[in-house]
Amino acid sequence: MTKLFWEDFAVGQVNEYGRQLVSAEDIKAFAAEFDPQPMHLDEEAARATLVGGLCASGWHTCAIMMRIIADGFVLNSSSMGAPGVEEIRWLAPVRPGDVLRVRVTVLDKKASQSRPLLGFVGLFFEVLNEIGTCVMTSRTNMMFARRTSAPAGASV
Amino acid sequence: MKFFEDLRIGERRELGTHTFTAESIKAFARRYDPQLFHTDEEAAARSHFGGLCASGWQTGAVSMRLIALGNQRDIEALRASGQDVPDIGPSPGVRDLRWFKPVYAGDTISYALEIKDLRDAGPPGYGLVVSETTGTNQAGELVYSAQGAVFVERKRNRKG
Repeated sequence: MTKLFWEDFAVGQVNEYGRQLVSAEDIKAFAAEFDPQPMHLDEEAARATLVGGLCASGWHTCAIMMRIIADGFVLNSSSMGAPGVEEIRWLAPVRPGDVLRVRVTVLDKKASQSRPLLGFVGLFFEVLNEIGTCVMTSRTNMMFARRTSAPAGASV
Repeated sequence: MKFFEDLRIGERRELGTHTFTAESIKAFARRYDPQLFHTDEEAAARSHFGGLCASGWQTGAVSMRLIALGNQRDIEALRASGQDVPDIGPSPGVRDLRWFKPVYAGDTISYALEIKDLRDAGPPGYGLVVSETTGTNQAGELVYSAQGAVFVERKRNRKG
């Protein structure tokens, strides 16, 4: 597959990536390390919470989304990371057994004024479960090197 | 964390520090964000970052760990003094998450949280707490900030 540079992203383009099963073990292991709250750690304790049962940490969903888009297109691109994320919305719980995928829409593109070797791509991410419920959305500007800047064989 | 009614805008708490070892950076990245500048020292040295640095998602996830541990300590202290303990609900999301500078292997980040707004929103018996979490490295440079939100139980939810 040809490596993706800033020039290769087209505004309006929509792609879907991944199918990642989320197990109860995954949920609890991530939570034990990064989000030790009852709703993410223990089925019994989670039933008594507002979410009514074990569900993944929102940060876990972010991390899973990152892995899906990494395998989907980021690793095959000139990605230089992102300076931040405008918004993350956790819309519905991610439950054990859910299979997640990510729909990526290219919102806009902007060449960097100060750094001619890179450009920004505004992306909208929708994380969907197996029945099509959107569990999370996120909006960010990722930085990609420009093709014109890359000497032959260079990698970033 | 206290009951919603007992929280004040401007309240600030130091959440503690976390040192990002090269091992922990690579372990997180291999699982969730396997870009070379997070998984391989040599490739990272050649990248625009100039050295191995943590996935931004790890920087954020560690802030959550320290927030949750702080809340646990509060809850244990309330229980120990025989007081009611508020339920801390889920979060509807995060805004304006910023990774100002890379978190390099060996960096120690000090996290803090400040309450920015208290809103009448959320499920019955709860209020919405909006707070800013920041991360500062050992050189005093701001490396991370995010506006988080969480539903926290109201005291009156316990009455009658």
